[in-house]
Amino acid sequence: MTLKPFLEVKNLNVAFPTEDGLVQASNDISFTVARGETLAVVGESGSGKSVTSLAVMGLHDRKRTQITGQAFLNLESGPVDVISADAEVVRKLRGKAMSMIFQDPMSALHPYYSIGNQLIEAWSLYNEGDKAAGKKRAIEMLDLVGIPDASKRVDEFPHQFSGGMRQRVMIAMALINNPSLLIADEPTTALDVTVQSQILQLIREMQKEFNMALILITHDLGVVAEVADRVNVMYAGKIVESGSAEDIYYRPDHPYSIGLLNSIPKIGELDSKRLVAIPGQPPSLINLPRGCSFRARCSFSDRVANNLCATTAPTLDTKTTDHFSRCHLTEAELVKARKESGGI
Amino acid sequence: MTEPLLKIEGLKKHFPTTTGGAFSKVKGTVKAVDGIDLEIYPGQTIGLVGESGCGKTTAGRTILKLYEPTGGKITFEGQDITHLKPKQMKPLRSQMQMIFQDPFASLNPRHTVGTLIGAAFEIQGITPAGGVEAEVQRLMARVGLNPEHINRYPHEFSGGQRQRIGVARAIALKPKLIVADEPVSALDVSIQAQVVNLLEDLQDEFNMAYIFVAHDLSVVQHISDRVIVMYLGKVMEEAEKVDLFTHPRHPYTKALLSAVPVADPIKGRKRERIILQGDLPSPVNPPAGCVFNTRCWKAQDKCRTQVPELMQIGKDPSHRIACHFPED
Repeated sequence: MTLKPFLEVKNLNVAFPTEDGLVQASNDISFTVARGETLAVVGESGSGKSVTSLAVMGLHDRKRTQITGQAFLNLESGPVDVISADAEVVRKLRGKAMSMIFQDPMSALHPYYSIGNQLIEAWSLYNEGDKAAGKKRAIEMLDLVGIPDASKRVDEFPHQFSGGMRQRVMIAMALINNPSLLIADEPTTALDVTVQSQILQLIREMQKEFNMALILITHDLGVVAEVADRVNVMYAGKIVESGSAEDIYYRPDHPYSIGLLNSIPKIGELDSKRLVAIPGQPPSLINLPRGCSFRARCSFSDRVANNLCATTAPTLDTKTTDHFSRCHLTEAELVKARKESGGI
Repeated sequence: MTEPLLKIEGLKKHFPTTTGGAFSKVKGTVKAVDGIDLEIYPGQTIGLVGESGCGKTTAGRTILKLYEPTGGKITFEGQDITHLKPKQMKPLRSQMQMIFQDPFASLNPRHTVGTLIGAAFEIQGITPAGGVEAEVQRLMARVGLNPEHINRYPHEFSGGQRQRIGVARAIALKPKLIVADEPVSALDVSIQAQVVNLLEDLQDEFNMAYIFVAHDLSVVQHISDRVIVMYLGKVMEEAEKVDLFTHPRHPYTKALLSAVPVADPIKGRKRERIILQGDLPSPVNPPAGCVFNTRCWKAQDKCRTQVPELMQIGKDPSHRIACHFPED
C-alpha cells in the first residue's frame, strides 16, 4: 500500500500493577491499519485485545496503568503519538479522529437523556452551531444507520429501543463527527444472530461511506472471516499470528490458530465428527511462564529441538510473505502440523 | 420404535404481566411457550434453538417442571407428571437434571466442590457404594477435574472448570434426561469444544437423552440428532438435523441459518444471505396470525390473520413446519 497507514502501533505494552503482581495485559504489540482497511483482532477473554484498543483510545487510567511504546495517528496536520501525548490532546482526538463502539449497547447509553440529547452532545463537542443544527445532524445520522422514523425517535429514550436499535444509535454517535478510525469492540456479541448480520452490514457500509480504518475486536471466528482484510490473533497478551484473512483461515501458521479453527463446529458440516479441543486453559498473565506462553497447550512443542519452547520466547517472524507467526516451528513443520490436526 | 423417554404434548407456559403496586392487577399474559410437542428417546439429543425471547429457556425449564405448566401434558417414562406436586416430583428428580448457562451464577460460592456435587446424594438420601466422598472424586475425575480439588471453592476454578462441576453435579445420580440450557455459550471458544466433547462422551457412556437449548446454531448442528426452531413461543419448524440444516422449509429457519457467519473467508463472503428487517416483536403483544409475519419477506394477507398449523412437509415424516408459504 502506498498510502501511509492511519494508525501505527509500535511495541505497545500495557500492564496493571495489582496486589498479586504485575499483570502484563498487552505485550509488545505492533500493527498498522490504513483507511478503508479492516483489521480484526481475535482472541479469548484475557488475551489483551480490548486492553490494546483502550490504550490507543487513551481510555486507561494513566495513574494505575503502565503503558509504554507508541501509537501514531497520522493526521493531516502530522503524526501524533497518543501514548505520549498530553491527556487533553488525546481527549480532543477522541470522537473526532478516532471513535469506539462497545459490546453492550444496553449500558453504553445514558438512561436519563433522550437519544437526541446524547447525539447532540457528541456533535457539539466539535461543531459550532445551536441545538437545532445539532438535532438536524442527529436525525441525519439516525436515518443513515437505519432507524425508521428518525425525526420522531430522536426524542425517545434508550429503554424505548431494542438491543439492535441501541447498537445502531451507538454507531450513529461514534460516527457523528466523521472519524478516521473506528474501533468496534465485540459490537455484535450481545445481539441475536439475525440482528448481528444487520449490524455487521451497517458497519461495513459506514466504513465505505466514511472511508474509515476499522478495528474489529471479536472472539467469533465466523464474524472475522466475513469482514476482515487482516487478522491479528492474540494469546496471553501477545500477537501470536498476523496475516490476511485467507492466510489465517487457509494457511494458519501458529499452533493456537490451528487449534482454534479446528475446535469450532462449522455450519454445514453435518457429519458431527468429534471436535478437536485445545487442551488446558490460558495461563495467568501474572508471571507468565518463560518461553512460549502457549507451550503448555501446544501439541507440537516437542518437535522443536533443545527444548527451545520452554526457554526462549519466540518472536513474531515472517513465515511467508506478509504473514507473521510467533512460533519456533519452521514453515515446513507448520504445514505438517496443519495437515495432522485435521487438514485445514 | 420403543416408548419415548419423555413425551410433551401441547405444552404451554404463560406468565401474567401485572400493573404493579399494592393493588396489582393482571393486565395481560406473556405466552412464553405456546404449545410445543416433543418426543425424546434414550441416547437422543434434541436441539431447541431460537433468538432471545423465543421461549426456549422457559420450555426447557417447564419440561423439568421447574415452572408449573399452564397447559399441555408431560409424560415421563409413561407416567403423567404434568401436575405432580414438588414432593411427588422429588424421587423423579434423580432421573432428570439440568445444566445451567452461567457457571459463575449457578454454583453457591460458599460451598466446596465436594458439597456441591455431593448434595445430589444427600437430597435423594442415597449413599453410593464406597461413600459420598469417593463417589464425588470419581465423578470429578470423570469430568476432567482433579479429584484432589474436592475441598476447593468455585472461585478457585476457571469458567470451563466450573461448567465441568455443573456437569458432574448433573450426572451424579445417573439421570436419564438432561436439559442443558446454553451450557457452552459463556465459555471461550477453545474451551467450548472441551465441554461439548465431554457431554458427548458422557451421553455415549450413560445413554442419556439431552435437550440442548442454545442460540448458537453451529454447536446445535454439531450435537443434535433432531432440531426444533422456536420463534415467539411457537415452534416454526422441526426436523431431523440433516434435513433441517440442508433443506430448511420455513422462511425463518432459512433466514436464521443464512445469518450464521461462516468461518471461511471465501465461502462466507460469497454466500447468499437473507437479512431480516426489524427486531423480534414483544412477546407481550405478539403479531396476529403467523407470529413471524412482521419480519417475513413472503408474508401475505393470510399470514396476518390466520395462524398456520404445524404440519408435516416433505419426505421425512417427522419434518414439520408452521407456514402458509413454505420454501421449496
